[in-house]
Amino acid sequence: MRMTGAQAVVESLKKESVEIIFGYPGGAVLTLYDALYESEYPHILTRHEQGAIHAADGYARATGKPGVVMATSGPGATNLVTGIATAYMDSIPLVIITGQVAVSLIGRDSFQEADIRGITTPITKHNYLVKKVDELPKVLKEAFHIATTGRPGPVVVDIAKDVFAAEIDFYYPEKVELRGYHPLYEGDEGVLERLAVEMEKARKPLLFVGGGVNLSDTAPEVRALVELTGFPLITSLMGLGAVSDDHPLNFGLVGMHGTYAANMATTECDLLIGIGVRFDDRVTGLLEQFAPKAKVVHFDIDAAEINKNVRTDIRVLGHLKWSLSKLVDISRDKFDCEAMQEQMRPWLGQLNEWRSENPLSYEARAGQVMPQAVIEIVDELTQGDAVIVTDVGQNQMWAAQFYHFKNPRSWLTSGGLGTMGYGLPAGLGAQVGCPNKKVVVITGDGGLMMNCQELDTVAKFNLPVKIMVLNNQVLGMVAQWQRMFYGGRYAHTNMEGRTDLVKLAEAMGVPGMRVTQPDEVRRTLQEALAMPGPVLVDFRIPSDEDVMPMVPGGARLDQMVMGGK
Amino acid sequence: MKHTLAVLVENRPGVLTHISGLISRRAFNIESIAAGYTEEADTTRITVVVEADEIELEQVVNQLSKLVDVIKITDLTGMDAIHRELALIKVKASVETRSDIVDIVDIFRAKIVDVNRETMVIELTGEETKIDALCEVLHDYGIIEIVRTGKIALSRGPIPAKEL
Repeated sequence: MRMTGAQAVVESLKKESVEIIFGYPGGAVLTLYDALYESEYPHILTRHEQGAIHAADGYARATGKPGVVMATSGPGATNLVTGIATAYMDSIPLVIITGQVAVSLIGRDSFQEADIRGITTPITKHNYLVKKVDELPKVLKEAFHIATTGRPGPVVVDIAKDVFAAEIDFYYPEKVELRGYHPLYEGDEGVLERLAVEMEKARKPLLFVGGGVNLSDTAPEVRALVELTGFPLITSLMGLGAVSDDHPLNFGLVGMHGTYAANMATTECDLLIGIGVRFDDRVTGLLEQFAPKAKVVHFDIDAAEINKNVRTDIRVLGHLKWSLSKLVDISRDKFDCEAMQEQMRPWLGQLNEWRSENPLSYEARAGQVMPQAVIEIVDELTQGDAVIVTDVGQNQMWAAQFYHFKNPRSWLTSGGLGTMGYGLPAGLGAQVGCPNKKVVVITGDGGLMMNCQELDTVAKFNLPVKIMVLNNQVLGMVAQWQRMFYGGRYAHTNMEGRTDLVKLAEAMGVPGMRVTQPDEVRRTLQEALAMPGPVLVDFRIPSDEDVMPMVPGGARLDQMVMGGK
Repeated sequence: MKHTLAVLVENRPGVLTHISGLISRRAFNIESIAAGYTEEADTTRITVVVEADEIELEQVVNQLSKLVDVIKITDLTGMDAIHRELALIKVKASVETRSDIVDIVDIFRAKIVDVNRETMVIELTGEETKIDALCEVLHDYGIIEIVRTGKIALSRGPIPAKEL
């Protein structure tokens, strides 16, 4: 069919069953937006390109479908950069379509020209610059394929302005043929047999569940493995929700702000089975002393993750759907599960002791709204069933610690890059993707202000996002480090809180509430969660509350500072 | 230890940027990198010499392999392979020193590709050590400038790198 490049983009998105675009128009994408207008393609106009890309990221994390973003050339494209890096670090599938100046103007420092392909090379799985209209359908087909297969990630397709107007006989390829891209699905089964032998021998095994499980939708396989073997598990920040926090064998978050039990278990275990994890420095603490007594097993789809940080004794490459299903089969067929679970008893006894010795806790302060209590009550009122979207810093860690996650894809957070300003727009996108779910944004006053313009988008589309601001009037996590390691010299972390967040929300059309007394928390949350539309609640919390426990930077996991009760 | 990798990539704009960007971002120690066309019009072959232990080498290979435009990587280090580099050396050559330099060039089986009243340009193909040795000897006469291609390598026998 004869059509313009812009129409070809729209047709390609239809072929990919793209439900919605998050974007922001501009000069270089005028023709593209005209084609959206013509086709009435669903589009969420955010108030900043960064809002659009975080929204697409939240949509992708919550739904498992690729998020699609559009922006114009130059500043439109560069405003996406933080969001692209955020998605790249957490392996989130996004297809980002940017306009570029016309082919004849490329390389001449033209108006609104930026080499977005060059800029995004280190933070994309792949990227393209399209200068010929004939390449467009093939490139888009490849972009979606690359973004969503193997280890997912963001793909940028930069399209020169005149390509949108040029004519093409549209044909969308059925298949992708890339000589250099063959994502692994099946790995080596023999490795799993070897692993099975180690699993039978292990006296102190530990499953370490990461974000790869959420991304690959293999929570059922992990749960089956836990049931069969009786192996205890811990999770990375990105692995939350894969197995219910209420499961007796789930000992919670490991790492810098992990539980005492999880960190001690990692230090003492004799077999550590990492599943879809990256062994990030926030997890390992002092790398040389990480899991010092354990044989380390690493399940991953990305061979480059093996031995990147932690030396691996057994590597299980392949899609987790393949490897975990096989391991579940082997466990079912070969293991004497009863005997194994019996054998596990002393180890579990030890783990439970650690858990009861030092559970996650905090000290309530008279007359003060405690952030941990806010999370606990959100948890209770939503019964662990909400989609929790956080910003970065203390709000993120308290949410991770005190919300009891039950479901995969119910925890959306910028784990790898640690992007402030992520929460509100990502929550917006998650709500677009999951209109029937309760989406709760847990943010801070600092992070909210970084993308507060998206309150307007939330109001415009009447997205029932519940925005909980843990407002301590400081950049809490940085201030905590200043308190702990810089002698309380609070260099530029005091936000002073001069802005009335309730008025700010209301000015943009989102109802606002404020909570200053602990006895108002529950009632206000009940009211807020029951409201049909969006709402922002400004919780005034103490400015000097710390996230505890904490492994100081560069320390061993068992050298954690406890705090709490 | 030094490793010589044959990296076959798609012959597309931006591929070298992807590769060199990855190398610098991951802080790999690359000694040389040489790229050129191959027997297939759509394939470029890049020879990378990297200083790495086994674990680092695994990271280099795995990270490079992840690039969508990288088709195949073969480690030619342990293999029976021919390693060559080309150098052009511009050296001061007066009437007095010219015949000495010609003798040296003969010994090294190099070639004189340009002569004028003050200088000569010498072309030498060989292994890195041979080029180093010639440069050292010519140093006494006054080297004006040197350009080297970086190493390229090819395995012996009938099997091409893409099938190794």
